[in-house]
Amino acid sequence: MVLMKMKFSFQKRVKLAQSLWLLSWMATVAGSITFCLGCFLKIELRKRAEVMGNTDIYIVPHTLMIVGLGGLGINYFAGRICQDALDPSRFPQWKTFLKPYYGASMFIAFLMFIAMLMSFIMKGSLDSSLRIGLRNGIRFYKDTDTPGRCFQKQSMDRLQMDFQCCGNDDYSDWFEVQWISNRYLDLSTKDVKDRIKSNVDGRYLLDGVPFSCCNPSSPRPCIQYQLTNDSAHFSYEHQTEELNLYLRGCREALVSYYGGLMNTIGVVVLSVLLVQGSVLASLRYLQTSLEALEGQENAEAESEGYLLEKSVKETVMEWLEPVLKLLQLNQVASEEGEAAPA
Amino acid sequence: MTVLKIKFSFQRRVRLAQGLWLLSWVAMFTGVVIFSLGVFLKMELLRRSEVMHTMDIHMVPNMLMLVGLASVGINLCAGRICQDSMNVARFTLWKNFLTPFFMVSLLFTSLLLVAMSLSFALQPSLEESLKIGLKNGIRFYKDTDTPGRCFQKQTIDRLQMEFQCCGNSNFKDWFEVQWINNRYLDFTSKEVKDRMRSNVDGRYLVDGVPFSCCNPASPRPCIQERILDNTAHHNYEYHLEELNLHNRGCREALLSYYMGLMKTIGPGVLSVFLVQLSVLASLRYLQTAMIGVEEQENMEVETEGYILEKGVKETLNEAKENLKNLLPVWTGGQVVDGATEGDAEAEAGAEKEA
Repeated sequence: MVLMKMKFSFQKRVKLAQSLWLLSWMATVAGSITFCLGCFLKIELRKRAEVMGNTDIYIVPHTLMIVGLGGLGINYFAGRICQDALDPSRFPQWKTFLKPYYGASMFIAFLMFIAMLMSFIMKGSLDSSLRIGLRNGIRFYKDTDTPGRCFQKQSMDRLQMDFQCCGNDDYSDWFEVQWISNRYLDLSTKDVKDRIKSNVDGRYLLDGVPFSCCNPSSPRPCIQYQLTNDSAHFSYEHQTEELNLYLRGCREALVSYYGGLMNTIGVVVLSVLLVQGSVLASLRYLQTSLEALEGQENAEAESEGYLLEKSVKETVMEWLEPVLKLLQLNQVASEEGEAAPA
Repeated sequence: MTVLKIKFSFQRRVRLAQGLWLLSWVAMFTGVVIFSLGVFLKMELLRRSEVMHTMDIHMVPNMLMLVGLASVGINLCAGRICQDSMNVARFTLWKNFLTPFFMVSLLFTSLLLVAMSLSFALQPSLEESLKIGLKNGIRFYKDTDTPGRCFQKQTIDRLQMEFQCCGNSNFKDWFEVQWINNRYLDFTSKEVKDRMRSNVDGRYLVDGVPFSCCNPASPRPCIQERILDNTAHHNYEYHLEELNLHNRGCREALLSYYMGLMKTIGPGVLSVFLVQLSVLASLRYLQTAMIGVEEQENMEVETEGYILEKGVKETLNEAKENLKNLLPVWTGGQVVDGATEGDAEAEAGAEKEA
């Protein structure tokens, strides 16, 4: 049984073709917007690539860019087809093209749906990638003389100042690593020797943070050293002090930034998907209603349009048959191949 | 003798009107662009208004906004006039309107050039304003508990971090003011008491700077206190150290930023000025060409268009005469005396001749 049958008079067909033409232009614009959003997201991710542990998250902008370009192609052809639709001499040229065209369009629409889902659910992967990347950034902060790591300090400092965050989860992450290079430590002083002896790995650990953790909104000049020692600073209690340093961790700050960005992109892609779906449905109705007219001489007769000739299950089986045959052929050929030498 | 006379056949007049219509739309668009450039410049100046002492420099964006709005109006009128120019009856309605229209348009268009030259002429005033504003900002940095000044610290910190600068001329400006509030100083300690006694005003002066002066590009953690003391830090010589703090002064940084903005806007303003002038010139040619058509009945006749009917000097003298005649009308009551005097002289002259 036919799926979603609708009657189309000549006037209705003309209106359908016109609105399809307009809709295909809108969908072209939407496709280019998707492509631009993909580029923008990729650029934003690359800006902070040094604090990301892996590149898994890049699948989202890449999919968006592919979908955007694919959408441009689909809608270009949709516009051409509907321009030729009302001319009975030109329309049959498109006949053989339409089946693979629908296959490609459904694939692109499916990819769009996947991209939308991914932009909502990839936050967990981003979180673990940032955890690793930030931990490395904090560990290699002092290595400004090691080639390949000499810009970690600058990128961590700028990250903390731009996103108003400190450390991985909070500022105490800086207490667990040596972030001052040995070149700037006077290894002959007692204080330095004590600190280095105080832990197994011989690292110079202190309860201090870099200057980039300082909060400009604090009413007093920034306290960045001897943070846990209340007696070292006048009128200071480290437990009640809230404005001195940034309290937020950089991982949380970056996840919320990129999460917000991807949420917005997901919503936009959803609306683009709806527009694209309506373009494809209108094209299908136009095609089927014109095909019903083929045999007749009068181009202005009323005809029926439908989405699918048979039900969903049967159509899927029909499509899969050639694919299955191909697979079986291969199997039969390989079986014969095996049987022959034996 | 007429200035810049050109012959216009009917076809050429039609082309002129069409070209003028298009040009007036382009000029309207550029007028909107000028307006938005003025708004943008004003927003940028307002963002840092806390470190500026005077608002003189705001003349430039105000002028740009005014001219932008005026040019939208001028070009709308120009478009309507050239639409009506094809219809002689409708065109005569515009006759009295056109001369004052040209005066006003030229005035507003010249304001563009004035704005551009002001943006260069006001540079010393901007520098002076920034010098005073930054000096006050650094002085009131510590007053985070004084209402009205409690955000100075945050403003100066964010300014120094964003523009990568330190102090007014350089970082040593911080050595001359007390930038740590007394609330956070332990007056019982010897060091604090010594420092306060060491100068006349009893201020706590240190050779240290706030954290916002620190340069992230430095390979070593930031040294912000005891900057001049080489022995206080391992492997440190302050006159060789270049990357530790920002070297530039904030006055220089802000000045170069704003001058850069205005230099970028400059060519845009100049090109809009030229577009506007060409609109006005085309409109003048169209008007004068149509005057020739009016006198005759046939619309398709060839006429001459010109910029000025007489030479520049004569036109200026004529304008002066017109203004002189207008003034007595405004002051009132003297026209009669002048007329009677003139009549008496004329009669005397006539009698003499006779």
